[in-house]
Amino acid sequence: MIEQMLFWVFAILTCGGAIAVVATQNVVRMAFWLVVSLGSVAALFFLLHADFLGAAQLLIYVGGTVVLLVFGVMLTASGPYTQIQTSPAEGLLGAGVGGLLLFVLVSSIGSVDWVEVSSRLPLEPSAPFVSDVRLESRAEESLVNTRSAEEKQGLIARQQGGRTVRQLGMGFLGLRPDRNLKEGGARGLAPGYFLPFEIVSIHLLVVLIGAAYLARAKRRVNAG
Amino acid sequence: MGDVGLGAYLMVGAVLFVCGVVCMATKRNGIGILMGVELVLNGANVNFVAFSRYTSLGLDGQSTALFVVVLAAAEAAVALAIALNFYNNHLTIDVDRGNELHG
Repeated sequence: MIEQMLFWVFAILTCGGAIAVVATQNVVRMAFWLVVSLGSVAALFFLLHADFLGAAQLLIYVGGTVVLLVFGVMLTASGPYTQIQTSPAEGLLGAGVGGLLLFVLVSSIGSVDWVEVSSRLPLEPSAPFVSDVRLESRAEESLVNTRSAEEKQGLIARQQGGRTVRQLGMGFLGLRPDRNLKEGGARGLAPGYFLPFEIVSIHLLVVLIGAAYLARAKRRVNAG
Repeated sequence: MGDVGLGAYLMVGAVLFVCGVVCMATKRNGIGILMGVELVLNGANVNFVAFSRYTSLGLDGQSTALFVVVLAAAEAAVALAIALNFYNNHLTIDVDRGNELHG
């Protein structure tokens, strides 16, 4: 009950913040509404039992990216063209197209029976979420016993319980203890995300060097 | 269990996505366009995590969402550097004035 209430509060804050970002013309206020929206998305992640991802969202987005954007606003907000307005006709056209796009998305989401679709996913080869090695044998046993898809989903969600840090860390190191590819008692761990993790690390390093190179202090063209 | 279900989270993701697209399309300020990109990526992230929670896909959705967050941070850094360069050359951040490559 309280979870539902929290969901609606944060969903309204998320959507309202996003709409306010679109509707506001002042860039600094847009940054503020972006903080509201992204922070509420982090709260939604916590409600979805993704605790590490919610914390990462708060740290990286709200603490890093938005601060970067605000610094960008500060560095570019002086000069002759401080106020850049969107013309009302363009805004109206954008709102119309956006409303149509939203209608398409919402109607297609509403036309799919998600419980039925997700019950068709292969449940059996992948072992359940186990938050602790101790729980593993008990969990597999009870998962085999419960047959219906909804019961399994409820069980999986309850066993996951939000403690995802260990599983995510091991997944990024190439191990997936939460997912067993082989049937029965055999062990065949699914491959993790070691190579993408390394690639994204190198990518981040290259991007930071490139950004520092691009934004280095230079003389203005007309000042030299 | 008193759960809101997958559909409600997908609706939130859809609203974020549409707001981001409209923001990218209508803003003339370069930083505003960056904010639109962030909104779109967050809408995608909400969908990833919701599918990871409500289906048997497991942690794959959350891992992908983490990659998206990292790549969004990298993208913001590079785009901001480009915006600063643009401002140094044009003394404005209005993207309508960046038409020097216009044939």
